[in-house]
Amino acid sequence: MISFLGKKLQNPLVLASGILGNSADILARVHDAGCGLVTMKSIGPAPRDGHKNPTVIDMGGGMINAVGLPTPGYAHMDAEWQALANRKFPLNASIYGGSVEEFVRVARFVSDQGPDFIEINISCPNSDCHGMLFGVDEKSAFAVTSAVKKAIDVPLIAKLTPAAPDIGRIAKACEDAGADAICAINTAGPGMVIDIEAKMPVLAFKKGGLSGPMIKPIAVRCVYDIFAAVSIPVIGLGGITTGEDAVEMFMAGATLAGMGSAVRYRGIQVFDQVNQELNTWLAEHHTTRDAIIGTAHGSARADMGDRAGTTPFAAREDQKGTP
Amino acid sequence: MTFDQKPVMLKVAEKTEHNPYFATLFFNCPIDFHPGQFIMLWIPGIDEKPYTISFHTPARFGITIEAKGIFSRRAVALSPGDLVGIRGPFGNGFDIISSPHVAVVAGGCGMAPLAPLVERLNPNLFFIHGARTKQFILYPDRFKAKRHFTTDDGSLGQKGFVTDLLENEMKHRTEKSLPSFDMVYACGPEIMMHAVFTLCETHGIACQVSLERYMRCGFGVCGACVCSDRVVCTDGPVFTSEQLEKMADFNRTALLKSGRAVPLDDYVTWRCQ
Ligand SMILES: Cc1cc2nc3c(=O)[nH]c(=O)nc-3n(C[C@H](O)[C@H](O)[C@H](O)COP(=O)(O)O)c2cc1C
Ligand code: FES
Repeated sequence: MISFLGKKLQNPLVLASGILGNSADILARVHDAGCGLVTMKSIGPAPRDGHKNPTVIDMGGGMINAVGLPTPGYAHMDAEWQALANRKFPLNASIYGGSVEEFVRVARFVSDQGPDFIEINISCPNSDCHGMLFGVDEKSAFAVTSAVKKAIDVPLIAKLTPAAPDIGRIAKACEDAGADAICAINTAGPGMVIDIEAKMPVLAFKKGGLSGPMIKPIAVRCVYDIFAAVSIPVIGLGGITTGEDAVEMFMAGATLAGMGSAVRYRGIQVFDQVNQELNTWLAEHHTTRDAIIGTAHGSARADMGDRAGTTPFAAREDQKGTP
Repeated sequence: MTFDQKPVMLKVAEKTEHNPYFATLFFNCPIDFHPGQFIMLWIPGIDEKPYTISFHTPARFGITIEAKGIFSRRAVALSPGDLVGIRGPFGNGFDIISSPHVAVVAGGCGMAPLAPLVERLNPNLFFIHGARTKQFILYPDRFKAKRHFTTDDGSLGQKGFVTDLLENEMKHRTEKSLPSFDMVYACGPEIMMHAVFTLCETHGIACQVSLERYMRCGFGVCGACVCSDRVVCTDGPVFTSEQLEKMADFNRTALLKSGRAVPLDDYVTWRCQ
């Protein structure tokens, strides 16, 4: 068991948003398969179908997707919320909106459903008008984070995009606005894959976000920059598929390690497998996860703050609403 | 060969129009395949949808399409030479047993995934095929095995449900002390598969059914196709009695494109658009 923002997690692995997370049953299964914290598919303000297929294409070494933020809308998930109220696992609820007001409306409702954390997706590239613009501009990131923070009763995680020119500054803006943790990264790009026989982009939306092993160096760099810029914990994800990938992410500064695309390559059992690989590596190196967090930054960063995220959330209540 | 990454562009080699509602598209290309597995068919500029492989030889495969929605009407209108994208095969496929004491129950276009299975099973199987009318019967001359038909209007075989025939046969085997079925395979409307499953449960017989859900990735990441805690595209599409017993969503709930969970009837209505 580890402690993260005052909640107990069975291990430091996280299911990325948008991967399988659209029902209580499947979230429970991923938890049982060895995932410490499961994240729901991002929930939006109103019903939305997302884009036409093809929406998700594997390229080997990673994938490209433009699913397009499909959502039942927070108000049309009664059965789901009921099932989740009786859950036996920690839950991270990802939300999005097209404006600060929408984010706040969704956040307030979702907070009342009692998730353990709320993650704001201010970083999705796959829609024309949702999310991403908040994640590339410090002022917008601050505005949405502080507004949501005031509206909710659970710890707030801000999920960032690698498209930001300086992701450390965005992370700092979120921290200043009251975010309790940062999650990075969302998909990279956007990119495009053209089929040369069909003479057109393969994705129906034409452009899509990249994920999986091919983006790991970008993710590691982003987490490294964020760690240097803030003192709240970071959930590092992007291309993690093995225990050693997770170690690399911890050394960059992550407190928890998330996985999404890895489910494609190693199945749902990837959580158990990576956990074992991680523990084996740590044992062989006579160290612990706490001890390696941020070590790639060298001794210059002796001030580790509360990187392990062990301070109970209640102790942060004073921060609530004060940027 | 597997094409489980980017779509591989293939020309339609041949098209067989079975009747006004069904057509099979053939592709002259080897593909690794186990009966029950599916591919994603991309019509550039239109959409991409899952279809189970209904014909397979070492050098060629085919998919049978029922024209019922916008996409499928476009698909059956394709002509030889037209270029489409194929990803796959995906999914688990049927667990094939060698016993002669097996039943196969097909409803409507549920015949398509079952056809390559029938060709690999012991020819002494008990084979039932139900359809709306005689006109809707797929592959009338394809199999060596004898087929028992049911139609809604009695235009071929017995008027009524496939489960009537299956139940009679089960009772007959019990009364005559004949060996009972070691496995029942079914594919068709979910309500029919549920009826088959329930009948099998009552008689203590194992079954396998092939489920259908809206799909995006086909390889177990997007979550569009979940049914209870199972991922239809990777854990399925074929599920066993033991799994079905624990799947409360079977014949009850399915997700719309938005991810909203709705009663199966509403899902079926949407899928037929
Ligand atoms: C199919 C798919 C759907 C996704 N949907 C969401 C989403 O709804 N919300 C979100 O914050 N991130 C979404 N993501 C991004 C992932 O959560 C994750 O940040 C990204 O894929 C990088 O991690 P990975 O390399 O382990 O997949 C999605 C990714 C994929 C591949
Ligand atoms: S279609 Fe994406 S998980 Fe099944």
